[in-house]
Amino acid sequence: MSALRISNIQKFFGPVQVLNDVSLDVEPSEVVAVIGRSGSGKSTMLRCINGLERIQKGSIEVAGHTITPSSGDLRALRKDVGIVFQSYNLFPHLTVEENIMLAPVVVKRMRREEAREIAADVLGRVGLSEKKDAYADELSGGQQQRVAIARSLAMRPKVMLFDEVTSALDPELTGEVLKTMEELAKAGMTMILVTHEMGFARQVANRTVFMHHGRIWEQGPSAEMFTAPKTPELRNFIASSLK
Amino acid sequence: MIKSFGWDSVEFLLFATRWTLLLSAMTFVLGGIFGLIFALLRVLGPRPVQLLIAGYTQLIQATPLLILVFIAFYGLSFLGLYFPPLIAAAISLSMYTTAFLGDIWRGCIESIPRQQWEAADALAMTLPQKLRYVILPQALRISLGPTVGFMVQIVKNTSVTALIGFVELTRAGQLLNNMTFQPFAVFMTVAAIYFTICYPLSFISQRLKGSRHVGLAH
Repeated sequence: MSALRISNIQKFFGPVQVLNDVSLDVEPSEVVAVIGRSGSGKSTMLRCINGLERIQKGSIEVAGHTITPSSGDLRALRKDVGIVFQSYNLFPHLTVEENIMLAPVVVKRMRREEAREIAADVLGRVGLSEKKDAYADELSGGQQQRVAIARSLAMRPKVMLFDEVTSALDPELTGEVLKTMEELAKAGMTMILVTHEMGFARQVANRTVFMHHGRIWEQGPSAEMFTAPKTPELRNFIASSLK
Repeated sequence: MIKSFGWDSVEFLLFATRWTLLLSAMTFVLGGIFGLIFALLRVLGPRPVQLLIAGYTQLIQATPLLILVFIAFYGLSFLGLYFPPLIAAAISLSMYTTAFLGDIWRGCIESIPRQQWEAADALAMTLPQKLRYVILPQALRISLGPTVGFMVQIVKNTSVTALIGFVELTRAGQLLNNMTFQPFAVFMTVAAIYFTICYPLSFISQRLKGSRHVGLAH
């Protein structure tokens, strides 16, 4: 059974069609990189997967939940599908530990001691145990992003989505975030990542999906996609992103 | 009867100050409750409700407070709704405060970046949870300075209720002046009392503007 099945979804922003008949299957523990130019619809597709954007046609099955154009409350789904954003979006009024404990305590009604143990565990996984009492503005961008990953992991998601999580970071800070993601991938997490990091996509993702004009233009095993692109659009994209 | 300004005069003013403080407190509590409701509805309510609140805010902000006080006291009694001065004063000042605090707090809520709502959404929080744990604690921190600053305005603005015969500090000063004919001593004392109430608030307001990480502990 797939961890994620996107079936023929369509998405419009006003009159502009941003997703045009997109379908995608992702197996459990698979890591899929989504690449493409800005405006190709890759971030929108990702955001549709946990309902931050509504779809107008088609359906999405993810982690045992189904999204249709008429789906109402998506909170059950969001407990199982984590997302990490480009701009980290930590809660600035809470410490690192409180950021991580908040959703387990208030959404999952977990006991605080239990949530604290989970926070310690996920902070350990992202290598920031010593920062548990810090506030977001006391951390570097890379550290904030790792905390954001930990916050998402604390919900014990079945699928993790990453929306250009290194794009806002200084080049010297992207490595630590990518390393965290690589370890997650090795641990068997199902991951879909929209990324500009071609090297990372190639190394870590089992499969790469190239989006163009709101469609999935080409997809295949990452190694082949980068060495032997079939469409001229992907060839151009790879050439221009290697500059 | 003419008497001279002395300690008993100061006592008389301090006694009246209790009414200024009571009226300020009533206004702040009532205006604060409705202000918060209005701020939330202005941000989250359905469109017609948002417009209604925006209209109310514009209307009240463009009306002199004294006119609101006159409407509540004279106008409503003409319609058969007689309120004693304290109640008429509390109603009109609360309506005024609702408009201003509602607008200040709306601005604070709207200044929280959209991404904070989204991050809370992504963690499966309900609307009340998002407000309680993510949005309002941050908005509260931003609002503390201007809110305490506006409390100073409330305290000073209670003085207009002297004109409907509510014997608070200013009205007491007028009465005392009629008895003593020592306006300088009387009104300097009145001013000093207002200053004593307002200065600590202004001071706190300034301090709060620079504070960090003031959140709801939980």
